[in-house]
Amino acid sequence: MTDMTQDLTFAARSQWWDVWEQFKTHRGALFGMIVFATILAVCFIGPLIWPVDASTVNIGARNQGMSLAHPFGTDQLGRDLFARLMMGGRISLVVGSAAMILSIVIGTAVGMISGFFRLVDGVLMRLTDLFLALPLLPLLLVLSMLFRDPLSAVFGVELGTLLLIVAAISLTSWMGTARVVRSDVLTLKEREFVLAARSIGVPTWRIMPRHILPNVLSSIMVSATLMMATAIMTESALSFLGLGFPPEFATWGRLVSDGIDYLQDYPGRAILPGFLISLTVLSINYIGDGLRDALDPRIRGH
Amino acid sequence: MSEPLFEIRDLKLHFPIYGGLLRHQIGSVKAVDGVSFDIFKGETLGLVGESGCGKSSCGRGLLRLSEPSSGEVVFDGRQVTALSHKEMRAIRTRMQMVFQDPQASLNPRMTVSEIISEPLNEHANLKRRALIARVCELMDAVGLNRAFLNRYPSSFSGGQRQRIGIARALALNPDFIVCDEPIAALDVSIQAQVVNLLKDLQEQFSLTYLFISHDLSMVRHIADRVAVMYLGKIVELADTELLYQRPSHPYSKALLSAVPGAVASRRADAPREVLKGDLPSPANPPKGCNFCTRCPHVMDICRTTEPELKAVAPGQYSACHLND
Repeated sequence: MTDMTQDLTFAARSQWWDVWEQFKTHRGALFGMIVFATILAVCFIGPLIWPVDASTVNIGARNQGMSLAHPFGTDQLGRDLFARLMMGGRISLVVGSAAMILSIVIGTAVGMISGFFRLVDGVLMRLTDLFLALPLLPLLLVLSMLFRDPLSAVFGVELGTLLLIVAAISLTSWMGTARVVRSDVLTLKEREFVLAARSIGVPTWRIMPRHILPNVLSSIMVSATLMMATAIMTESALSFLGLGFPPEFATWGRLVSDGIDYLQDYPGRAILPGFLISLTVLSINYIGDGLRDALDPRIRGH
Repeated sequence: MSEPLFEIRDLKLHFPIYGGLLRHQIGSVKAVDGVSFDIFKGETLGLVGESGCGKSSCGRGLLRLSEPSSGEVVFDGRQVTALSHKEMRAIRTRMQMVFQDPQASLNPRMTVSEIISEPLNEHANLKRRALIARVCELMDAVGLNRAFLNRYPSSFSGGQRQRIGIARALALNPDFIVCDEPIAALDVSIQAQVVNLLKDLQEQFSLTYLFISHDLSMVRHIADRVAVMYLGKIVELADTELLYQRPSHPYSKALLSAVPGAVASRRADAPREVLKGDLPSPANPPKGCNFCTRCPHVMDICRTTEPELKAVAPGQYSACHLND
C-alpha cells in the first residue's frame, strides 16, 4: 500500500521528467532554448554588468565603430548601440510575450466556447470574421491616436504605450487561434472519450478543461509560438512607422528603422537588431516545436 | 425469470434533418422507432442487427446520452427520461457503458490511473490512498498489470485498452453496463478474451448487460436473450437458443444464414438466404412492415400494415405477418 503511493508520487514527478527527456532529444528545440535563454539573459541581466545608459547623447562620440568602450559602436547621436539593443530587447520581448499570452487567452476562450456551444457559435464566428476583415494598420493608427495620450496620462509614457501596444496587437491577432481551436473542439467533442465522460456524469464545465483543453494544447502551442513572432514583428512595424513607443525608447523595430537611414555607411546598425528579431523568432519557433512534441504522450512514448 | 431492471416502452430516437434556405426541419432520421423490451436483472440481452439499424442509438438512448424523442425508459422503478440533471448524474453511477473503439474512448492525454479514477473522483470522494487502492483493485479485476498505472493509452494494445475501458465502467460498481460493440474493433484472438472477461465480471459483480454486437456467434456465446433489430425496430426477441435453433422472423433467418454454423439445424450445404437490396433510409422507412422491401416472403398486407411483436412460442417474440 505504502509503496504503491510512493510509486504514484514518484511517477507524477517523472511525468514532467519524461517531457524534459523528450524535449532534450529535439535538437532544434534545445538549441532554440539555449539561444533564447542567452538573449533573455543579456537583455535583462546585461544592463547590470554593462551599466551604460541607452539614451545618453554624446555627440562627440557619434558614428563610432566597434571598440572596447562600445562593443557594437555608437549611433548618429553617440548613444551606445549595445545598451540600446539590450533596452530594445527588453521592450520587444515584454511586448511580444504579453501580446502573445493575451491573444492566446482570448483566442482559446472564443474558440472553446464557440466550438462547444452551438448557440453562440454563429455570433462568435461572425465576430471573428469581423475582426479578420478589419485592416490592421489603419486600426492601430486610430487606436494609438485615440488612446495614447489618455493612457500615458494615467500610467506614464512607458507603461501607457506598452499597454496600448499589447492591447492593440492582441486584439487584432486572436482570430487565427480562435478558428484553429474551434475546429479542434468541434472534432474532439464528438470523440468517444467525451461521451464516456458524459456517461460518467462529468459536467460540461469540467469536461472542457479536463478532456478538451489538453487535446487542443498542441494547436495552441503552435499558435503561441507563431503569435509571439508576429507580435514582435508587429511591434517593430509599429515603431518603424512611428506609432509605437516615443523616439527616446529603443525597441528592436525602432533600431531597425533608425538604422535604415545609415544603411550604406553603417549597415550593422540596421542588421544587428534585425538579426536579433529573426534569431528570437526562430528560437521561439523551435522551442514551440519541441514542446509540442514533448507534451504529446503519443509521440513521447515510454 | 427475475424482475426487470430496465423496462423500455415505445422508445423513439428521431434525429432532425435540417435543410432548405431557412434551415428548417425537413424530416428526421428515425434511428430508433418505437422499441419495447425488458432487461431482467442479471441477464445479458444481446442486441444484433446490421450496420445502421439503430443498435447503438438504442443503447445510448437508454443511458440518455442521446435524448429520446419519446417513450419511456424505466430503470429499477424510476422513470429515467423524467429525471432532472442532478438526479440523472446520481443515477449514472448505476449504469455505465463500454465503447466500441478503445482507441477513441480513452483520452490520449490521461494516464490509466487518471482514466479509471475519473468516475471515482466525480462521485466517490475517496482519499488519495484509497483511490489508488481502488484503481489497482479494478486493474486486477480486468487483468491489467498494476505497474502500468501511469502509462498513457497509446502504449497499450487494443485488447488492453478495452480492459481499461471496462475498468472505468466498473469503477462505480454499476448494476448495468451497455456494451456497445466492445469487441468489434479487436483482433479475433483478443475478442474471446474480452468476452470471457465480461462474462467473469458479470458473475463476480452480478452485472446486467445490454450487449450490442453484429457478431452473432459471440452474442450466442454471451447472451441469455437476443433482440434482433432492423431499421429502428425490434423484429424478433427470443431466448438465445430458441433464436439460433429456429429463428422465426425472415430477417433473423437471413441474418443467421449469413453466419457459417450459426443455426445447428441447417445443413452445411443448404442454400443460404441472401437478402437483395440495401437497408432503406431510416429517414424514409417503407410503409407497413419495415422489412417488406427485402423480405423473400413478402405479402400484400406487409406493404400496408405494420406487424406487431407477438409471442410465437414461449420465450420467443416475432413481428411478422407470417405468424398470423
